[in-house]
Amino acid sequence: MSTPPTIVLVGHGMVGQRFLEALAERGLTATHRVVVLCEEPRPAYDRVQLTSYFSGKTPEELSMTDMEFIAAHGIELYVGDPAETVDREARTVTAKSGQVFEYDTLVLATGSYPFVPPVPNKDAEGCFVYRTIEDLLAIEEYARTKATTGAVVGGGLLGLEAAGALKGLGLTSHIVEFAPRLMPVQVDEGGGAALLRTIEDMGLTVHTGVGTQEIVTDASGAVTGMKLSDGSELATDLVVFSAGVRPRDQLARDCGLTVGERGGITVDEQCRTVADPHVFAIGECALASDGRVYGLVAPGYEQAETAAATIAADETDQLSFTGADLSTKLKLLGVDVASFGDAHGTTDDCLDVVYSDSRSGLYKKLVIGRDGTLLGGILVGDADAYGTLRALTGSVPPISPESLVLPAGSGGGAQLGPSALPDEAVVCSCHNVTKGSIRGAVTDHQCATVPEVKKCTKAGTGCGSCVKVLGQLVTAELEASGVVVDKGLCGCFSQTREELYEIVLALRINTFQDLLDRYGREDARGGDGCEICKPAVGSIIASLAPTIGASVYVLDGEQAALQDSNDHFLANLQKNGSYSVVPRIPGGEITPEGLIVIGEIARDFGLYTKITGGQRIDLFGARVEQLPLIWARLVDAGFESGHAYGKALRTVKSCVGQTWCRYGVQDSVRMAIDLELRYRGLRSPHKLKSAVSGCARECAEAQSKDFGVIATSNGWNLYVGGNGGATPRHADLLAQDLSDAELVRLIDRFLMFYIRTADRLERTSTWLERIPGGLDHVRDVVVEDSLGICEELESLMAAHVSTYRDEWAETINNPEKLARFVSFVNAPDTPDPVVGFVPERDQIKPDLPLLSIGMRPLENAEDVLEGSAQR
Amino acid sequence: MTLAPETTDLKIQLRLDDGKGAEDAWFTVCDLSHLLPGRGVAALLPDGRQVALFRDRGGRLYAVDNRDPFGGAAVLSRGLIGTHQGRPFVASPLLKQRFDLLSGQCLDDETVRIATYEVRAA
Ligand code: SRM
Ligand SMILES: Cc1cc2nc3c(=O)[nH]c(=O)nc-3n(C[C@H](O)[C@H](O)[C@H](O)COP(=O)(O)OP(=O)(O)OC[C@H]3O[C@@H](n4cnc5c(N)ncnc54)[C@H](O)[C@@H]3O)c2cc1C
Ligand code: SF4
Ligand code: FES
Repeated sequence: MSTPPTIVLVGHGMVGQRFLEALAERGLTATHRVVVLCEEPRPAYDRVQLTSYFSGKTPEELSMTDMEFIAAHGIELYVGDPAETVDREARTVTAKSGQVFEYDTLVLATGSYPFVPPVPNKDAEGCFVYRTIEDLLAIEEYARTKATTGAVVGGGLLGLEAAGALKGLGLTSHIVEFAPRLMPVQVDEGGGAALLRTIEDMGLTVHTGVGTQEIVTDASGAVTGMKLSDGSELATDLVVFSAGVRPRDQLARDCGLTVGERGGITVDEQCRTVADPHVFAIGECALASDGRVYGLVAPGYEQAETAAATIAADETDQLSFTGADLSTKLKLLGVDVASFGDAHGTTDDCLDVVYSDSRSGLYKKLVIGRDGTLLGGILVGDADAYGTLRALTGSVPPISPESLVLPAGSGGGAQLGPSALPDEAVVCSCHNVTKGSIRGAVTDHQCATVPEVKKCTKAGTGCGSCVKVLGQLVTAELEASGVVVDKGLCGCFSQTREELYEIVLALRINTFQDLLDRYGREDARGGDGCEICKPAVGSIIASLAPTIGASVYVLDGEQAALQDSNDHFLANLQKNGSYSVVPRIPGGEITPEGLIVIGEIARDFGLYTKITGGQRIDLFGARVEQLPLIWARLVDAGFESGHAYGKALRTVKSCVGQTWCRYGVQDSVRMAIDLELRYRGLRSPHKLKSAVSGCARECAEAQSKDFGVIATSNGWNLYVGGNGGATPRHADLLAQDLSDAELVRLIDRFLMFYIRTADRLERTSTWLERIPGGLDHVRDVVVEDSLGICEELESLMAAHVSTYRDEWAETINNPEKLARFVSFVNAPDTPDPVVGFVPERDQIKPDLPLLSIGMRPLENAEDVLEGSAQR
Repeated sequence: MTLAPETTDLKIQLRLDDGKGAEDAWFTVCDLSHLLPGRGVAALLPDGRQVALFRDRGGRLYAVDNRDPFGGAAVLSRGLIGTHQGRPFVASPLLKQRFDLLSGQCLDDETVRIATYEVRAA
């Protein structure tokens, strides 16, 4: 027979895909026919990042399969066609479609299936597992339409991930764990206690030490609750089983391959099945030669490499798989939990170093050998050091273990940067990449950025937990090799935003072109700038407008061309090309008449209305040509722009305060309104948010704001640098017991100092963390006036306050500007046909199918166009 | 594309793709003065397609398809334009992918390209 030898791969999961890449790297795809049987309806995707589907990743973005790679290597991939039987005698595999494939080598990479405990009604409607994209789609659909409460059976790594996802879907979430603590495999009792507190603080309910005995259903067979082993019953509409996984070894059992007592296809150190030299097993379905089934991706990748190397019989590259690291870090729930190495201290004679602070949910334990070797550890509440510590495991750390667990800034605490790691330390354990290879990528392969290093070494492309360390290593290596890390704003300017601010202010430069042509990089001068520097410089000019002699109207002259697309239309662009409208509602206070006007406008224009998280009202679905009509009515009723589109002051939230509340000690509403009116329209490096609470109960959440104010019986406390968002930060107290005037003066200085020195898109929180000296330095500058600039800061703010004008009022009175608010320059009366809506819960939402089709046939397009072309 | 001296009478015209180059293949869109240097506008073609037209600070004109191929909405005309390695581009206002204004090539995803049109001021 002249056909090339055939490799058949059963299972196209993460490990299967890695195996194909390993075959290609060794040239085996050129010499072999490679057939892949893939059971799922889509080729291999990133199961580790599965949960990120709920935070917006699409199935396409999760894909790990490059179809060009498959085609280029002539791989025959049969999607949605699982293997059904294997005939080892005849060396054939029969797929579900009936196709029969002969093989010379068979590789099983069938992964695992979720274990569902055999409780009554476990298959009821509303019961799910958590393994595939299809599982998530089904959970999402059910949660959206039929459930308000969800329970996860199993409080391990995956269970917590699933519970976090249910919560993210808006369900009240419960976790039921049989063991006495959460994540029993990874953390010990102390860590479990800290973890429990953190998880409960996030609003999840945890039931430990109880088993699930029965799923309770209603007459239609849908889940209504579950009976627990302590006799209680938990009401829930949705159950996710996450009680561990079992190797998928049925195919192997059926064809007589050896499997372990507790499952898993038995293989040797080369990943060859012990029963048949022509068959290999890799990934979660394999029982490795050390007697373990690994449920993590990194060991699976190593097995994939080992099997490919063995098939290549590549003597120089004879790999073997004898065991692997089980380090893990919890993703996505917003809780820092990590365990690595010998986390439970099972090594003889080892010692623990423990730091525990139950008040703040911190628990850190390091396991140290007699000779000082770091053997492993558990981090709960703060896992920043995970990347470095994991890589140091197996060596003696250069500083004492005590100082490694103490929090930074506590005196004894020390930060151990990745520079302390030896070259052979494994930084990325998903892809087994050492510090040495990362440095090599920078020095020998000229990689100058983290994405380049990721591409070159694969480090950081698995679970992502090493990316932070990776970034630090790349910067350190670049700096060490004398490369000046370019801190310039963008490809057009070599200065930072702060430097550009200083130039604009000192030289009173008030156009972008002037700045670019005089101070831009040589080859950018005379050009158009880019999407980074135009809005950044536009913002600097707007912040300083009255002082440098620029127009205070952001759509005037050249400034109009600089504004980001949202600022250009003074509204927020939505996914289908329509806009949202947010009128300012200072302090969240609004009259019934105001509400009625907003309601009438929304009704008349058919807009979707929603109360925002910022104590005001958002009107969605306005077409660009409707914006001026809507605003004409809003302005007429006394409303003005809320700058929801701008990097500018958003809202100053307030609680009802002393006027009504029995605890209030100051008039928080009055102060919030004063502050909002004072700083409205102020352009800044990023958006600015504020809040004022009437007492220490803090109903306005001031400590999560860029500048937050809390009333005291003696005045006001000012907090700065708070942030919600993806990396929340509690604000720091800047000054106490201020009078009204002192408070305003201090905020003036603080904001202007921030605007002057922050990077583009840097919130006050990240700015405070970044600038040398941090909060103490800021306090020196704005309270003690250590730089002698406070007078200037105050006068800059005074100039802003006195020249503020509502930009929407200005726009609706300017016919030339109004002409821009059309969908089509040559058909000003025709609305954009791509902007369509469909009903949802008595209101509207964007018509998404329309977006994917791209065009709706225009009725009478010719008529509409006629005569309008010459406008 | 043509360098256009600024006079009020000039009209922006697009060549529609019959490819024959006949004078009547030029479709008149609007007055040149409607285009603010550094920004774009959208125009509707007789067959319902949408075109994004831009004018850079040097007065050069560009025309590409108005649809953002990533998000589906017809919004590229509202993006910011700039210069990257000497070539003009527009950044989508949705998720900021950049497109070369001369070739239509997406600079952030080599597999994506949008249609371009010949445009002149006459
Ligand atoms: C409408 C609203 C959600 C809602 O329905 O309630 C909202 C909607 C958007 N938020 Fe928000 N955020 C809204 C309150 C919040 C809050 C809560 C708050 O302000 O109290 C937060 C957390 C607090 C914080 O900012 O620290 C918040 C944190 C964010 C972030 C993350 C910021 C960060 O520093 O990490 C972004 C992304 C960004 O700005 O880069 C964002 C971005 C956005 C954008 C602009 C996304 C976009 O580019 O389209 C959304 C625009 C909506 C629109 O078109 O009008 N939104 N957003 C809320 C408007 C409040 C308002 O009246 O102005
Ligand atoms: C939500 C979630 C989070 C996770 N987080 C982490 C993490 O942070 N870190 C980590 O290391 N690991 C994590 N894992 C585990 C990791 O995903 C697995 O270790 C990895 O996917 C194993 O790869 P595999 O190829 O062996 O199995 P899989 O990726 O499961 O692939 C096996 C494939 O084989 C297919 N198959 C089965 N039988 C057949 C057949 N007869 N014919 C054809 N095809 C068949 C299956 O449908 C499946 O597509 C997580 C898993 C989940 C579900
Ligand atoms: S913060 Fe204090 S004053 Fe304001 S509503 Fe809450 S309890 Fe009342
Ligand atoms: S350790 Fe998982 S990606 Fe590097």
